[in-house]
Amino acid sequence: MFSGFMTNAWLVATIVAVVAGVVGFFIVLRGQAFVADAVPQGAFAGAAGASLLGINTLIGVAAAALLGALGIGWLGRRGRRDVATALALVVLLGLGALFLSFSTEYAPEIYALLFGEVLGVSANEVLPIALLAVVCVAAIAALYRPLLLSSVMPELAEARGIRPARVETLFLVVVALATSMSLPVVGALLIFSLMIGPPAAARSVTSRPLPALALSAVIAVVVVWASIAAAYDTNWPVGFFVGAFGAVCYAGGRGWAALRGRRPARGWREAGPHGPEEHGVPAANVRV
Amino acid sequence: MKRRPGALRSAAPHTGGGPDAGTVLDVDGVSLWLSGRKVLDDVSFSLAPGEFAGLIGSNGAGKTTLLRVILGLQAPSAGTVRVSGQPRTRRGSLIGYVPQKILLDPDMPLRARDLVGLGLDGQRLGIPLPSARRRQQIDEMLEAVGAGRFADTRVGLLSGGEQQRVLIAHALISRPRLLLLDEPLANLDIASEQDVVELLGGVAREQQVAVLISAHDMNPLLPVMDRIVYMAAGRAASGTTAEVVRPEVLSDLYGQHVDVIRVHNRILVVAAQRGEGLDVPEPEPVVHEGA
Amino acid sequence: MLNAVFEPGFFSSSPVHVALAVGGVVALVSGIVGSFAVVRGQSYAGHALADISVTGGSASFLVGVSPLWGFVGVGVLAAGVMDMIGIQRPRGRDLATGIVRGAGLGLAALFLYWDTTNSNVTGATITILFGSLFTVSSSLLPAIVGLSVAAVAIVAVLYRPLLLSSVAGDLAAARGVSVRLVGLACLVAIALAVSLSAMTIGTILSTALLIGPAAIGLRLSSRPGLAMAWSALAGLAATWLGVLLAYDSFYWPPGRHGWPVSFFVVTLIFVGYVAVQGITTRVRRA
Repeated sequence: MFSGFMTNAWLVATIVAVVAGVVGFFIVLRGQAFVADAVPQGAFAGAAGASLLGINTLIGVAAAALLGALGIGWLGRRGRRDVATALALVVLLGLGALFLSFSTEYAPEIYALLFGEVLGVSANEVLPIALLAVVCVAAIAALYRPLLLSSVMPELAEARGIRPARVETLFLVVVALATSMSLPVVGALLIFSLMIGPPAAARSVTSRPLPALALSAVIAVVVVWASIAAAYDTNWPVGFFVGAFGAVCYAGGRGWAALRGRRPARGWREAGPHGPEEHGVPAANVRV
Repeated sequence: MKRRPGALRSAAPHTGGGPDAGTVLDVDGVSLWLSGRKVLDDVSFSLAPGEFAGLIGSNGAGKTTLLRVILGLQAPSAGTVRVSGQPRTRRGSLIGYVPQKILLDPDMPLRARDLVGLGLDGQRLGIPLPSARRRQQIDEMLEAVGAGRFADTRVGLLSGGEQQRVLIAHALISRPRLLLLDEPLANLDIASEQDVVELLGGVAREQQVAVLISAHDMNPLLPVMDRIVYMAAGRAASGTTAEVVRPEVLSDLYGQHVDVIRVHNRILVVAAQRGEGLDVPEPEPVVHEGA
Repeated sequence: MLNAVFEPGFFSSSPVHVALAVGGVVALVSGIVGSFAVVRGQSYAGHALADISVTGGSASFLVGVSPLWGFVGVGVLAAGVMDMIGIQRPRGRDLATGIVRGAGLGLAALFLYWDTTNSNVTGATITILFGSLFTVSSSLLPAIVGLSVAAVAIVAVLYRPLLLSSVAGDLAAARGVSVRLVGLACLVAIALAVSLSAMTIGTILSTALLIGPAAIGLRLSSRPGLAMAWSALAGLAATWLGVLLAYDSFYWPPGRHGWPVSFFVVTLIFVGYVAVQGITTRVRRA
């Protein structure tokens, strides 16, 4: 399992997992699970288009991911966020359907893009992926405080001169980049699982942001390693294990929280309008 | 949901308190434990038809919880709640409820009149057939609360005060015996506050509906309040304002020394900081009520 | 001129009839049920259920059941699971939805891998994603209509409690409505609608027809019944027009290659949504 050609797979998978954990932390914080799900699917359509035009698949993927992410932002400012996400997604998929209808020569590549083919990562793909990963993590690091503040308390962020709309756009771009680099490895359909399962578990364990962020990345790496090992052993698709282990993480997190007698770790105040019945406010204020 | 017989007739004016056949609401020894904390501690009081009562207490005193217990959304650990003599099961049209604030989507396809219409029969199965009688009832109710102007506006586009009137109409249209309101004055400006208090006082008198309003400040309610249920730390004292809002009673309730100050027709309840004894001078009095 | 719009053979073609019938029924149901999905913030759940029902469809061969029941059965089951583990807050619910969807898709990957009878995995995947409206067997029509009626019936019977609990759960609960049960029933109705549409027109259109027309309807009317009617109408129009355009596209240059129905329908819905947004926003500001 650890022979030469597998080293690439382990390396790339680890890089992808770290990014997924870090970006995913904010995805879960901002309640944007749907976005994390929709962008890769739309990006997949870009792959089809790129293939049709004869350009590098990764470029097509990135272009479609950006288009989708920014489209979600644009539509979301005009209407409901979840409707915007759904529509952006289906438009991209519709385009993908169109591209696919023009040609029939996609077979194995499509499957790989959908479900992940980490074992098929070649050596010369490692560097671009690593670079993209560095960009993503650096962007998150730079945006850390504005992002955290505007995710949790947008009004307060605005008072400090941070513009939530701009932060949102930048974050969506990061999501697009993160998903494009992870697509070939984990697959369009399951990259989002890596982005929401581990952070959800991390949040249940600790309510402090930086530790939760780090824990989220660690759990993601563990999930990916376990998935690759299992896929290698059974020959089953990696995607299946990622989905399954992601669910296990989530369930574990909730179970842990329930055992400790509380819902997701106290202290996670989430953004958006709250009625008195929606606050997860610590014990001092008994509004049960 | 069966209509309680006689729901459309007004009850005769009630002269006294106490648990008898005429009381609308009878709370008897209600206690509630939640997550290891005693949230309600032996709360007892009753309301007669047409009585206007203020449920006063600061945040965390247990007001919302008590309202939920009365509504039947939360079962008490001990004690009973009876509405018009009936024990707590799903009471449907007997109680009208106006929650503090509901989050309304601007996209929600529901006009004010639609929401009020749901107050008539929101729990019935099947699709409502349009009827002139129903529309007339809704129109009258909207006029009565002063919501006629925006009857056809989407509920999500209403201002806080407008939304509240609609919610009151929604609660009243099924002719409940008891009307519960959770902090209705919290987000209103002074003028709207007075309007709502007047409106509710009128409703209590004219329709002989028992009204229980929770608030953290009793002063806006003084003109119309018949009795007060004062809560602190899960305990309650009930009676007229003169009986309850006294230093001895409130000190006993709070478990610490409390002063009552009457100034300019308003009542201020001032408590010492926690942990300080009766004789220690108070360098930083904390005003819990009014102001 | 009429010939330019309706290419020859459109009205006499049997696959077209089936496509219009099935597409029409599915569009109507999706539009009606979708209104509640959007209002309750369950767009993601609707999307997830479509994919999960596909998992059921692809697993049906394992149990030896007809794909229809695989789709519908697993879809409804997943709705139950989602409701059970779902949390009250929309965010928590979306998170739970995503997790369930991830698990479901993982299973789908596994089933596709095991489905040795279908050597063309990609072909199967494509069909699942993008649907096959022109190749739906007309023998399925009665079952589709029946299940559609069931979905609409749920919504019709629970109309008022559902509406009230969607507006404000507290108000409904105060009236004795079991908000939890009503929510579950609604999710089941959504599951029925999307599993039917996923099976017949693919998962892309399934989501598009559930969400898009409903969003349009919400903008066009402030009355619940009317909003749902607009929604159904918009979905129907987009679907039929999409079928027409897809049929016509066979005759478009460069050659005999038809563009997929899903592309047209989705584009129409998208354009409709943006247009309605633009117009109504301007009107509201005026």
